[in-house]
Amino acid sequence: MAEMTYRDAINLALKEEMRRDKTVVVYGEDVALYEGAFKVTRGLLSEFGELRVRDCPISENTIVGVAVGAAMAGIRPVAELMTVNFALLAMDQIVNHMAKVRYMFGGQTKVPMVVRMPGGGGSQLGAQHSQSLESYFMHCPGMLVAYPATPADAKGLLKTSIREDNPVIFLEHELLYNSKGEVPEDPEYLVPFGKASVMREGEQVTLVGYGRMAILALQAAQQLEKDGISCEVIDLRTLVPLDMEMVLASVRKTGRVAVIEECWKSAGLGGDIASRIYEGCFDTLLAPVHRISGLDVPMPYSRKIEKLCIPQLEGIVQGVHDLLNEPY
Amino acid sequence: MAETLRELLSEEELLGFFEQMVLCREFEESCAEQYSKGHITGFLHLYTGQEAVAVGCTAGLQEKDYILSAYRDHAQAIVRGADPKKVMAELFGKATGLCKGKGGSMHLFAPELNFMGGYAIVGGQFPIATGLAWGSQLLEEDRVTACLFGDGSMNQGTFHESLNWARLWDLPVLFICENNFYGIGTEVHRASAQAALHRRTCGYDIPSEKVDGMDVIAMYQATKRAAEWVRERQRPYFIEAVTYRFRGHSMSDPAKYRSPSETDVWKTRDPIPNLSRRLLEEGIATKEQLEEITKRCLARVEESVRFAEESPWPEDAAVWEDIYV
Repeated sequence: MAEMTYRDAINLALKEEMRRDKTVVVYGEDVALYEGAFKVTRGLLSEFGELRVRDCPISENTIVGVAVGAAMAGIRPVAELMTVNFALLAMDQIVNHMAKVRYMFGGQTKVPMVVRMPGGGGSQLGAQHSQSLESYFMHCPGMLVAYPATPADAKGLLKTSIREDNPVIFLEHELLYNSKGEVPEDPEYLVPFGKASVMREGEQVTLVGYGRMAILALQAAQQLEKDGISCEVIDLRTLVPLDMEMVLASVRKTGRVAVIEECWKSAGLGGDIASRIYEGCFDTLLAPVHRISGLDVPMPYSRKIEKLCIPQLEGIVQGVHDLLNEPY
Repeated sequence: MAETLRELLSEEELLGFFEQMVLCREFEESCAEQYSKGHITGFLHLYTGQEAVAVGCTAGLQEKDYILSAYRDHAQAIVRGADPKKVMAELFGKATGLCKGKGGSMHLFAPELNFMGGYAIVGGQFPIATGLAWGSQLLEEDRVTACLFGDGSMNQGTFHESLNWARLWDLPVLFICENNFYGIGTEVHRASAQAALHRRTCGYDIPSEKVDGMDVIAMYQATKRAAEWVRERQRPYFIEAVTYRFRGHSMSDPAKYRSPSETDVWKTRDPIPNLSRRLLEEGIATKEQLEEITKRCLARVEESVRFAEESPWPEDAAVWEDIYV
């Protein structure tokens, strides 16, 4: 194990997979010479050369489509969209092409590709650069969606994504890049898809999160422990496939659950998870599923009001108190 | 044209062109009939009139070259070698279809023939063609990727993005515009500020030419020359094939936006009678031989309909298959 940042863990995963498999290529806007807007691709150009690490024009739809074509041709492209917000320009290639070609061509092709997208809010970047679009990607069948919370998972999930034969949307939280954690140095360290992790065991309330929301949930659980409240924290790790088995097992134990989502509440993934909880263990619930969500507003710039729009530690703590006080 | 056909191609190749064009024509006419009977449903875009483009350009490519197209894709798939039976079964939505009945008319695919698909979002195939070309270049496969598309798709962002990208990275893509003058009902000069479409590539430093897409020989020669240019230089090239669809955009389009006299003029340029006339004039084939070929094509098309009719529907379980590997 080595302590490293979330950023460096992703960087290491890219390097290890590129060393292992010559068909793995990395490209995107400013990923080569500039080494990435968030410096995630640092050192790649110098180690792997310009054939395998390439800068490309600001053409998001084509960035994704080129990966679809290259993957069909037998390459394993890892494309970076500078931020998730720009994925909206690429939704045609993501939804209409990447996620569909295998099915509509009767299983005669596959697209082993990864699209990395830094995103999330909280850096005062305004309405167009602070979005959490994970629910958009979960809605469409035909692609997998990963969203690591820890450096170890960032490494292990990205390596699995690159080896995966299905297309993967790989979401990274911009505020986690500098977070540190222990990361296995084993170049075969892989984190499987569809397996959530129990970040902390507890008895009274289940907190379900992903990405930065899982980290906040863990911090909330640590704080609530001081008040004598025992929370179990589940990090979903991948949103597609979704490990409902682990969520339901935990809810059956605790009887109370809060789902923490950074995205907008309307049609957000928390509603989907809540409905699955109701379908799966309604009889064991001691209170309605509690949702702690992003506010349904475009993100404002000013930090005083920006933080109202994103789930905060205090809000999660309060949410757990509310949940325990539900008169059921 | 100064040269005789014999100087350009063998008798076998010339008769092959004729046979492929007739097969496509008869296949499409049969599709129209099956559509009117309700055996083919959904969208159906027929290629009638444009046969010389698919036949000529496919002949100008090597077998290893990739070819992909938009949604008017039956002819390209069949000319590449897809079994008309499987194509017809696909249109019928049967399990024996080229894509197991999951794609339909607009999404044919035959990777073993390097036919890399029909795409139904206008312009969606540009980035994919660019990626296929990059992938094959990285794998040092010496393939050209031929990307076919209609005039209407040149106004999509992906056209500009992908042409810029293909030249910037110097990828072996041969862009072939099938300019049939109409994006559904909007004539090319009402959609493109520069109606001389081949001139639009200068902004991407991609050489281009305009070719008579109603002349299968011209189409073959231009594609062969261009494909070898692309292969040798590893750079994109652009062909505007000027053609015409004799039918409407799709089966639901009576084509009222154009005059019957316009269509009549274009029908005098029908690629099939034009080739047969030359074949007869130059003594390459007899009338009987050509009739024999036509009969053979009709029989293959009838066989494809029979096969499609008799084929089973997909199992219900198939709905969950092929989403993920």
